[in-house]
Amino acid sequence: MLREMTLGQYYQVESRLHRLDPRVKLMGTLVFIISLFVSQKAVCYAVATVFLICMIKLSKVPFGYMVRGMRAIVMIMMITVVFNLFLSPGEALVTFWAFTITKEGLRNAVFTAIRLTYLILGSSLMTLTTTPNDLTDGMEKGLGFLKIFKLPVHEIAMMMSIALRFIPILLEETDKIMKAQQARGADFESGGLIRRARAMVPLLVPLFVSAFRRANDLALAMEARCYHGGEGRTKMKPLKYKAWDVRAYVILFCYLALVVLTAIVSPV
Amino acid sequence: MSIILDHINYIYSKGTSEEIKALDDICLEIKNGDFIGLIGHTGSGKSTLVQHLDGLLRATSGHIYYDGEDIYDDGYDMRALRGKVGLVFQYPEHQLFEEDVFKDVCFGPKNMGMSDKDAELAAYSALRSVKLPDDLFFVSPFELSGGQKRRAAIAGVLAMKPEVLVLDEPTAGLDPEGRDEILGLVRELHDKEGITVVLVSHSMEDVADYAGHIIVMDKGRVLMDGTPKEIFSHIEELEEIGLAAPRVTYIMHELHRRGFNVDTSVTTVKEAVDSVIGALWNA
Ligand SMILES: Nc1ncnc2c1ncn2[C@@H]1O[C@H](COP(=O)(O)OP(=O)(O)OP(=O)(O)O)[C@@H](O)[C@H]1O
Ligand SMILES: [Mg+2]
Repeated sequence: MLREMTLGQYYQVESRLHRLDPRVKLMGTLVFIISLFVSQKAVCYAVATVFLICMIKLSKVPFGYMVRGMRAIVMIMMITVVFNLFLSPGEALVTFWAFTITKEGLRNAVFTAIRLTYLILGSSLMTLTTTPNDLTDGMEKGLGFLKIFKLPVHEIAMMMSIALRFIPILLEETDKIMKAQQARGADFESGGLIRRARAMVPLLVPLFVSAFRRANDLALAMEARCYHGGEGRTKMKPLKYKAWDVRAYVILFCYLALVVLTAIVSPV
Repeated sequence: MSIILDHINYIYSKGTSEEIKALDDICLEIKNGDFIGLIGHTGSGKSTLVQHLDGLLRATSGHIYYDGEDIYDDGYDMRALRGKVGLVFQYPEHQLFEEDVFKDVCFGPKNMGMSDKDAELAAYSALRSVKLPDDLFFVSPFELSGGQKRRAAIAGVLAMKPEVLVLDEPTAGLDPEGRDEILGLVRELHDKEGITVVLVSHSMEDVADYAGHIIVMDKGRVLMDGTPKEIFSHIEELEEIGLAAPRVTYIMHELHRRGFNVDTSVTTVKEAVDSVIGALWNA
């Protein structure tokens, strides 16, 4: 059941997007996010929608699989939508009891919902098509210029990659411990808030113990293989741009230009 | 007590590109008082199968009947089932969490709705039957040795007074002595208290020595099902799927090949000794 959480996990399939250089995908996600905030005009969102649909098609990740990962954030989405809906000042549309829905509120709510959805779909498209290793490699290389400001880019990337690597392992572990406790009659699903919080103890204690054990093992294993940080370290597979990466950059640039242009030109 | 598995299929990560068919049309019957050994190569689906027995995994298709009742029926009391089918996971010591061993063992019976007193009584007798020294009852479970932790964890399941005890590789990572102790304990529970046992194992010796009935799994399917003698007479087929017969069986085959009139269907050291003595006597 926990393994059903697809948000932020890698989806193994052969596609053009999967094969792109991670730096391109990082940049692409950034560009896509920027494009969502360029303007509030409907046409811009239409362009973004077409772009997103094309990318999802290209990635060959089943749409249903992506949407399932979204369930985790439905709550956050509802809250923002409700706040926008009721708390935006402006021209009143409907009034009941103490609440007023304004025209601006409705507009804000709809656009916020779209923005949030696209934001998450866009960034999960990146994690779905890029292995955690590639992702951190891409970050390390792409942000390498920050080293001149004495930022430990390699170490940060390494920490990130370890953290990402551990997510599925810890999820699996959680699943296992949960089952082991359920086999002893533990109940994680029913009861009020306090009962449920208490029911987490038999899950969390073993989970922390195992996380620390794993962290310790990993630290030992890394030291035993003489890991000493990023200084003078070479890569087994250094990142290199290929023809398609360049084309992708061009497409990204065109996309952003198109969004900006429509934002300026279009009246709505 | 009886468990019937009727055409059970199970698929992991259903609906994604990583679908794995872990169980393929399993039909089995576990009868009261059985001591079943479940063997199979790594990844053959043993752990997946045993998690179905107490309803932790729900079959993709098929039915499981416990005492004639379908456990997938609406309103079936899963928690009561988990009390009756005591499942000890691989590396059960990873589930310990309480401040002291005794409290941890009480966790199961309390979940089963026993009163504090009954739960403590059950915990006490469970800890006694796994032969954990008394002075360890009230120390933190994290201070025990590996073998002691394992026993405490097994006690945690036994304290629920299950009718069937399912152990998933209870001897993994233990030294030979720890292995014999745990398996001896399981045998004692089976022989003296009449608990039905399902023992998952990688070791042919373990199952040959202890089980009265063996189920061989391969790639999610039940390949063979019979007594140790029947199973281990198919040495070639077992080797094909990455398993083997107990070592004494090989020795007996070799002796036979060299002209000794010994019984090659032997599966335990004890039987082998008898057969060899008999052969020497007659020679
Ligand atoms: N939680 C899971 N999610 C996805 N696939 C799984 C999961 N657990 C097991 N599998 C897969 O199901 C198959 C059967 O696994 P299972 O753990 O039942 O094997 P096993 O016989 O217990 O092996 P072992 O002897 O190594 O414990 C394997 O191919 C495994 O990769
Ligand atoms: Mg297993």
